[in-house]
Amino acid sequence: MLSIKNLCVSIEGKEILNGINLEINPGEVHAIMGPNGSGKSTLANVLAGKEEYEITDGEIYYLGENLLELSPEDRARKGIFLSFQYPVEIPGVPMINFLKTAVNEHRKFKGEKPLTAGEFLKLMREKKQLVEMDTELTNRSVNEGFSGGEKKKNEIFQMALLQPRLAILDETDSGLDIDALKTVAHGVNALRSPENSTIVVTHYQRLLDYIVPDHVHVLYKGRIVKSAGKELAFELEEKGYDWIKKENED
Amino acid sequence: MSVLIDNTDLTLRLAGHFREAEALLASGSPELMNLPRKKAFQDFIAQGIPTRKSENYKYTNLQPAFAREYHFLHQRPKIDFKPGEIFRCDVPQLDTHLVILLNGWYYEENSPLAGLPDGVFLGSLEEAARKYPELVAQHYGSLAETVADPLVALNTALARDGYFLYVPKNVRIDKPIQVINLLLADSDAYVTQRNLVVAEPGAEVKLILCDHTLNLNNYLNNSVTEILIDENASVDYYTIQNQHNQSASVNSVYIRQMENSHVTTNTISLHGGLIRNNLKVIIDGENSEANVYGMTFLDRKQHVDNFTQIVHAKPHCQSNQLYKNVLDEESSGAFTGQIYVMRDAQKINAYQRNNNLLLTDKALMQTKPQLIIEADDVKCSHGATIGQIDEEALFYLRARGIEEKQARLMLMNAFAYEVIRQVKVEPLRDRINELIEKRLRGEISRCHECAYHCNC
Ligand SMILES: Nc1ncnc2c1ncn2[C@@H]1O[C@H](COP(=O)(O)OP(=O)(O)OP(=O)(O)O)[C@@H](O)[C@H]1O
Ligand SMILES: [Mg+2]
Repeated sequence: MLSIKNLCVSIEGKEILNGINLEINPGEVHAIMGPNGSGKSTLANVLAGKEEYEITDGEIYYLGENLLELSPEDRARKGIFLSFQYPVEIPGVPMINFLKTAVNEHRKFKGEKPLTAGEFLKLMREKKQLVEMDTELTNRSVNEGFSGGEKKKNEIFQMALLQPRLAILDETDSGLDIDALKTVAHGVNALRSPENSTIVVTHYQRLLDYIVPDHVHVLYKGRIVKSAGKELAFELEEKGYDWIKKENED
Repeated sequence: MSVLIDNTDLTLRLAGHFREAEALLASGSPELMNLPRKKAFQDFIAQGIPTRKSENYKYTNLQPAFAREYHFLHQRPKIDFKPGEIFRCDVPQLDTHLVILLNGWYYEENSPLAGLPDGVFLGSLEEAARKYPELVAQHYGSLAETVADPLVALNTALARDGYFLYVPKNVRIDKPIQVINLLLADSDAYVTQRNLVVAEPGAEVKLILCDHTLNLNNYLNNSVTEILIDENASVDYYTIQNQHNQSASVNSVYIRQMENSHVTTNTISLHGGLIRNNLKVIIDGENSEANVYGMTFLDRKQHVDNFTQIVHAKPHCQSNQLYKNVLDEESSGAFTGQIYVMRDAQKINAYQRNNNLLLTDKALMQTKPQLIIEADDVKCSHGATIGQIDEEALFYLRARGIEEKQARLMLMNAFAYEVIRQVKVEPLRDRINELIEKRLRGEISRCHECAYHCNC
């Protein structure tokens, strides 16, 4: 489904990712862990198509297509969804308009008719229940005045509405209380299928109790320095990153 | 080729014209409009057509507009059509008392009084000056000072008609009053319009002004409106400017409000070649509030200049100014916001903000706050920003599958929203949103029912 080869990325002349290799097959869940500043969000943003990064080397193929040639909106419509680490507030853009436009742009891309207002509200109600999203929130502007946890929930709510093939969750667990964490994990798991894949960026093993990964990777200084099964997450939880850092000293 | 325009020549040309037209102006007008003409004209000559050196007009060059040849419309136009037939402002659910003015003249066949409460007058200023000379004389020229602004002086010298609205004591007019100013002449035309609004104690009224051009001739429109708001009265004054790119328009609005009164103005400029909006609010009674908003969309080589003055003359009052501009292509905009708090006006809150969105490198915005604070117990703030579209927000929308162009539109609408939500007449607000949407999509944003689908 996703194939990243020797991906090198820099911003303002500073190299942030240097030689990422990653293969993700349909149905798999990959966790990416790593110390602060190691490049996890950079990787997530590059996959979603953020333009300020310079791709200096390497390639990314998604469902057989060169991903780097697609606009962010085309990537989204082809099934890539990024749950942002820091969702932005957009005062003046009502949630409902935003969600409806997003859903209908996806439908248009697939050659489906746009949802009517009634159909859309019905869909929204259903998905709101799934992530236990407060109704009052969808009456506001996008993320406006949302608490940290509410913003994260809102990301998963959008994911539930858009039904992506490849979901990239960038620290969706940070800032969530324990109940919300379970709800969000439930929302993510509800979407899992043999065709859909998930990349979970997290600092905490706890989330992985709920969203069980097939592979765990450690990103350090812009490279994947270790990959293993879910037991690696426990090891990191226990020992921290010092041993990884030591192993990778030049 | 370049044409040298001499300011003195232009002023003299108008002087010549005034002398020729003086008898005609005087013969058809009521006494109280004739009285100030001569002095007003002297005041105009003394100040001249403003140049960039004039402190109050330094961001707007009116000379090219004045350098053109115009027909002056000093007499009530004889028309063989009904303006109401070629132009219907088709705002769904917008139920208003509607009157039409053509080239600054109140259209005789308007019949708005039918549904209005007893005692209200809405009609021609010229007619009112004959019917109610004391009432009109008491206020005519009381706010619009001819020594302070050459365009006000010129307006007063040439004024023949406009609308007059009188709302008696404690009368509330629920339905908004809608005044449609149409420009439609056979040739390039200079238009003068003079309006007066009197809201007596406890009166309440909402006014919607729509400025339109109906053909592609060049227009220079110079209008002056005086609004008197007595104690406990409340006036909302919305202006929607939608003229073509060859038109130039100077609108001067003067407001004086007394104790416990409220005024809200909102000036929405969708189209126009050159627009200069002068707005002066004198808050002359305690516990009063003035909210002054503006939203402007510009592209091509359009120029819009909002020049506001808020004068706090009495204590315990509040004023808010919020002006926003979206500037595309090679357009230019200006905002000057004056706040003057007089010595005895203590316990004042005066806020001002001007936010601008520049969509190209070639667009230009000039913004200047001017605070003159003579009292010491005053809360006053001002701020101005000039920025681009928020790239983070744009990416967020695109990352959800929304086309870049559409995402930009959504963000521009969002930018305008803060001003538009202050429009308290809901159907009007919806209509404005629709017009903005079309405006931003590059479609012509005029009312559908306009028979003249001019491509301008
Ligand atoms: N726009 C930018 N300009 C300059 N440096 C940047 C920019 N964006 C990211 N970086 C740098 O790139 C490095 C990687 O950042 P990134 O956000 O990808 O880290 P991360 O692994 O997601 O960290 P965290 O766990 O704290 O979220 C950091 O050193 C960061 O400062
Ligand atoms: Mg990060």
